[in-house]
Order: sequence, then structure tokens, then C-alpha cells
Amino acid sequence: MKMISPDVIGQRKESSEVASKAKMSARSVRVFYSEVEAIKGIDLDIMENEVIAFIGPSGCGKSTFLRTLNRMNDTIEDCRVEGTVTLDGQDIYDPSLDVVMLRAQVGMVFQKPNPFPKSIYDNVAYGPKLHGLARGRGDLDEIVENSLRRAGLWDEVKDRLDKPGTGLSGGQQQRLCIARAIAVSPEVILMDEPCSALDPIATAKIEELIDELSSQYSIAIVTHSMQQAARVSDRTAYFHLGELIEVNNTEKVFTQPDHHLTEAYITGRFG
Amino acid sequence: MSNETLSHRSIIQARVAKSLRKRHARERRFRVFGLAAVLAGLAFVALLFISILVRGLPAFWQATITAEVYFDPTLIQLEPRPVPREGETPQAFSEREIAWQSQLTMVNWNRILENSIIALKPELANSRRDVRALFTSSERFHLRDLVGNDPSLIGQRVTLDLVADANVDVWVRGNIDRSLPDSQQQLRPAVRALADELRAEGVLNIKFSKALFTNPDSRSSPASAGLAGAFMGSLFMMLIVIFLAVPVGVASAIYLEEFAPRNKITDLVEVNINNLAAVPSIVFGLLGAAIFINWFRLPLSAPLVGGLVLSLMTLPTVIIATRASLKAVPPSIRHAALALGASRVQAVFHHVLPLAIPGVLTGAIIGVAQALGETAPLLLIGMNAFVANIPTTPFDQSTALPVQIFLWQGNELRNFFEARTSAAIIVLLTMMISLNALAIWLRKKFERRW
Repeated sequence: MKMISPDVIGQRKESSEVASKAKMSARSVRVFYSEVEAIKGIDLDIMENEVIAFIGPSGCGKSTFLRTLNRMNDTIEDCRVEGTVTLDGQDIYDPSLDVVMLRAQVGMVFQKPNPFPKSIYDNVAYGPKLHGLARGRGDLDEIVENSLRRAGLWDEVKDRLDKPGTGLSGGQQQRLCIARAIAVSPEVILMDEPCSALDPIATAKIEELIDELSSQYSIAIVTHSMQQAARVSDRTAYFHLGELIEVNNTEKVFTQPDHHLTEAYITGRFG
Repeated sequence: MSNETLSHRSIIQARVAKSLRKRHARERRFRVFGLAAVLAGLAFVALLFISILVRGLPAFWQATITAEVYFDPTLIQLEPRPVPREGETPQAFSEREIAWQSQLTMVNWNRILENSIIALKPELANSRRDVRALFTSSERFHLRDLVGNDPSLIGQRVTLDLVADANVDVWVRGNIDRSLPDSQQQLRPAVRALADELRAEGVLNIKFSKALFTNPDSRSSPASAGLAGAFMGSLFMMLIVIFLAVPVGVASAIYLEEFAPRNKITDLVEVNINNLAAVPSIVFGLLGAAIFINWFRLPLSAPLVGGLVLSLMTLPTVIIATRASLKAVPPSIRHAALALGASRVQAVFHHVLPLAIPGVLTGAIIGVAQALGETAPLLLIGMNAFVANIPTTPFDQSTALPVQIFLWQGNELRNFFEARTSAAIIVLLTMMISLNALAIWLRKKFERRW
């Protein structure tokens, strides 16, 4: 595999320089599945309005780390998290913190599109209804339309909002899931390999969408495609066997990585 | 490429071809066996249904005597029905009412019945015993109730369908060997001859009879024995099971599947639920007798106790079916809801349960159908008693449809109750099939495509 061509890297360099304040911070985070240590002490900041990509070979802990950021690991039995993760300075593992509140602020998009087997409208409206964000039907309609517009899906589905979300194509379903996530106005969106089940055209659309969303949200994206990391992210973090090897501006990671492991992975010596 | 490799290839191909023949033969054999098994199963089911229908359907028609009954005022000497007088205490009124009722009962209704035939055949005036043997013994109460409800009938002539005695029914239908000697016949020769005569004259006919559906069981008057009592008992028990076992079962399944921590205690609970599902049902009957009757002092033979016992028996089925259908909901749906900020309860009730509903309903209905057909535990809580009333509350003594089948099957008037037994089976099977059809319909209705 050849190095990523320089012209796709660093497209987002200007915007990355704007971001400076940390939105979320992880300090010496360790995650255990039973006795197996999956994450071995990671310090990482996610800046405001930045897109950060997590890359690394399979089983390196990038998805696990992503899931510690909105406590989705809570749903896994025997999973234990150590260290601190903060959102705007607030410890999200503080027992007094309501996990429902956290997940309203940190949204998530999964690897496989998972729309609810309900109508397109209900899919998007579910979050706002849940949190009581809409005052009346008109308000809800507006939130749904805005979310679908921002997810670039409005024009394709506006005439069939009452049709099941599961009847859409894979790429449309994933954008519906993104619309559903942004309908609750989160501050951070976590994406766990959002394009791995999609074809190249649908992937391109999602990437475009990520680019647009980054003006309003912090986005952390796990990806197996290095081209994708290079195309969409401001910064890239390389994970290896549960450790964070390197985190740098995407351009730097793909052209002059600091660490030989990063270089080996990027040049395709393992993966 | 040498000749050697070519010949090597042809050898391999020959081997493959040979093994292929064997493989195909094996496949064909397997398919034939499978098809044969399915066909055999279907044939047995068809045989079962046909034999039940052939035996049971005739029971819906019964030997009926159509005759003009003269409510002779000289025989029915009845004062007008008492009405409450002004200033009368309720007690005094009820005493007068009871006196009137006993006056009504004291009327010689049998004589009125006999007269309806003697009017056609005056020569029988001296053999009233033979004439009376034609009618099933409950017909006199039929006449009494007619007059009690409408005293204006007195003095009138009304053509009525009167149910013939069970033995007459057996005789005219040929369900007893007509060539048997008199000592082995159930009817006297004169009655047999009279029955044949009336049949030939068109007075005695085989007519559709509602008795089976509207009457409770009867021993003194087998021809009017019906399953209304057993049906109501089964209905009450079914309602108790639906309102007790289904909500409790579904709630426990949801808790165990979605909320309970996985530890030794929940493992133990799970193993025990699975074991309970395999416990012979008669054991639940013993449990019910010991706890509900001996300890809680609930009434014997009551559908309430039966319903409680059957609920206990049905619970594991409902729990297991519900858990299986909850498990079948993809975890991605739970994750999607949780990631949007739904609490676990919300994720379950908004998304998981609606998707599991078809399976839950199917499990619940199959459980209820199973309870409906259960006999053994009911025998131990006194529901095999002979009950000649139709229960109006779950506290009344009652029996159940499958128990009624069991009781009729053992009745000594074999050649009459054989058809009745099969008819009861038809009613029970109809209920089962309707329940299963309901389960299928509900599943189709709530099923959602992904």
C-alpha cells in the first residue's frame, strides 16, 4: 500500500487551527473486560469543532475507547473503566451524573445503520420527544426537518416521512441515524466506523456530511480506511494494542509520523 | 503437460463421479424419509380429526319428539304468581313466592307429557309408564319452567320439541344391537316398539339440539346433559390465566432478560424456571390442593383455584417464550435507543418490547391453550366432581371441558355418551384452534419488517 497522496491530506488544516479548547478530555483511561485490559492508560483531548479520527489495527481498542466517551460500555457486562473522562470539565463517570444527560450531549452513530423499525419521521423525532425538546407538533416538525436537512437526507425523504426508516438504502439509513443523533443537539458526535457497511458513493456523502457537521460539533470517528481518516479529520490518533501511540495533525501523521509503529501501519506493513 | 497428469485427472474425476452418485442417492433417500414422515404425520392428524368428527357430529342431533302439549287447566291448578303487596315485608313475600313455586313443582307434569302422546294414540291410555319412558326425565322441568315464565300458557295447546330419553335415542339410531335379547336391552319391548312406531309416523325425529351447548351436565337425564357448565368453568379459568399468568410472566421475563444482573442467583432462577416448565402438571395440582385449598381455604372445585393452578403451570411457558422473543430483538436497537439518551426502561418499552410483542403474544396464547387443555391438575383440586349447575362466578363449583370429556368418557351409558364425548372434544378443539388462529393473526398483525 502506498502512502496517502498529499493532496487529500490537510484539506481541513485551516479549520483545525481554530480549534483549541478541549471539549472532552480523557486522562489515564483504562478499560477492562473482566480481567483483560483492553485500554491501557490513554490521555487524549477532543477539541471543540474538530474532527478526530481513531485509526489502528483490529482489536487495538479504538472502538472501546470511543464508547467510553458516552459510557456505552456500561451496557456490557464485566466492563470496567478507570481514569477520568470529562466533558466541559465535568467528570462523566461521576456517580451523580445522569448517563441519560451525558448521552443527550454525546451522540453516537454505529457501524451498522440501525434505524428503529418505525417511520422516518419517528426515527428522528424520538430523541427530541424523549428529552422534551419540542414544544408542540409544529416545533417537532421543524426539528425533524432541520435534522434531516443537515444530514442531507431531506430532499430524498421529504415525501415519505411516514414510510419505515428500514426501507431506505444503507447509505440513507446511516444518514438517517446521523439525523437522529443530531436531532437532540449533541455537542459531540461519536462515529464508530460509520461507512464500513456502505458503498463508495454513500461513503462520499457521509464524509461530506461529517465535514459540514464539524462546524457545529466535535466529531470523533473510528475508521479502518486511512484514506477516510486523511480526508475527513483534523487530527488523527493511532491506537495499537490498547495504547495510544501517536496523536497529531492528520497531515503530520500521514506524512511524517513520529512513531515507527504509526509509519508501519500507514504504509501497510500490518493492519 | 504429460500424459501422466492427464490420466491422474481422469482418475480423480471418475472418483468424484462415483462419490457424487452416492451423495445424490443419500440426499434423495433423506428427502424421501422426510417427506414420508411429514405425510405420515398428516395422515394421523387427518385420521384423528375424521374419527372425532364422525363420532361427535351426530351428538349435535338428538332424538326429539314433536308433539302438541295441552297445558290442561284441570292438571295445572295454579294461583296467579304472587306480587308484592303494599306494606308486606320482603320476608313474607318470599314465603308466598316459595309456596307458589312449590305449587308449580307439585303439578303432575309427567302426566301432561304423557297426554301429548296419548292424544295421538288413545290406545296407550293404560300404559302410561311406557309412554313416560320415551321422554328424558328433565323434560318435565322444561314444561314447568315454560309455565312458570308464562302462566298464560295454561289452557293452551302448544307444539313443542321434546327431547327423547337417551336410550330411545340409542335405539332408534341403531347404536345398540337390535337383535339382542330383551334381557340385554335397555328399554322394555313395548317402549322399543312405541319408539319405532312414532319414528315411522314422523313424531319422533332426529333433530338439531341445543341441549349440548345450553345445559349443564346431568346424570338423571343423560339426554339433556350438556357442557355449558364445563365451558363456563374453562372460560373462567382461561380468564384467570390470561390476567394472572400473562402479565406476571411477561414482567418477570422482561426483568430477567433486560435488567437483572447476571450472577449466581439469576442463573439459579433461570435453571429453575426451565425445570418448572418440565414438571408434570399433576404436581401443580398437588401444590394447588396443598396451598390454595388447605392453606388459603379457597373453595373446592372452584374455577378460581383451577385458574391459579393453571397460571402457575403456564408461567414458565410464558416466561421462556417471552425471553426468547426479547433475545431475538437485535442489540443494535437497544444501543440506538440508549445512545440517544433513552433510559434502559425506555429503551425496553419503546423499542424492544414492541418488536418482541408478536413472540410474546404467541407464547402467551400457546400457554393459555395448553392450560385450557390440561386435565390432570384439575382432578386433584376437585374439579372432576359432578356439577349440575352452570357456574356464574369463579367461586362456584364447576368442572372444565377436558375434565368433562374425561367424565363422559367413563359414563356407564356408553353407547349414548360416546358421541357426546367426541362432541365435547370437537368443542374443545374448536376453542384451541381458534386460540391458535388468534395467535397467528396477532403475530401477523404486529410483525414488523426490518
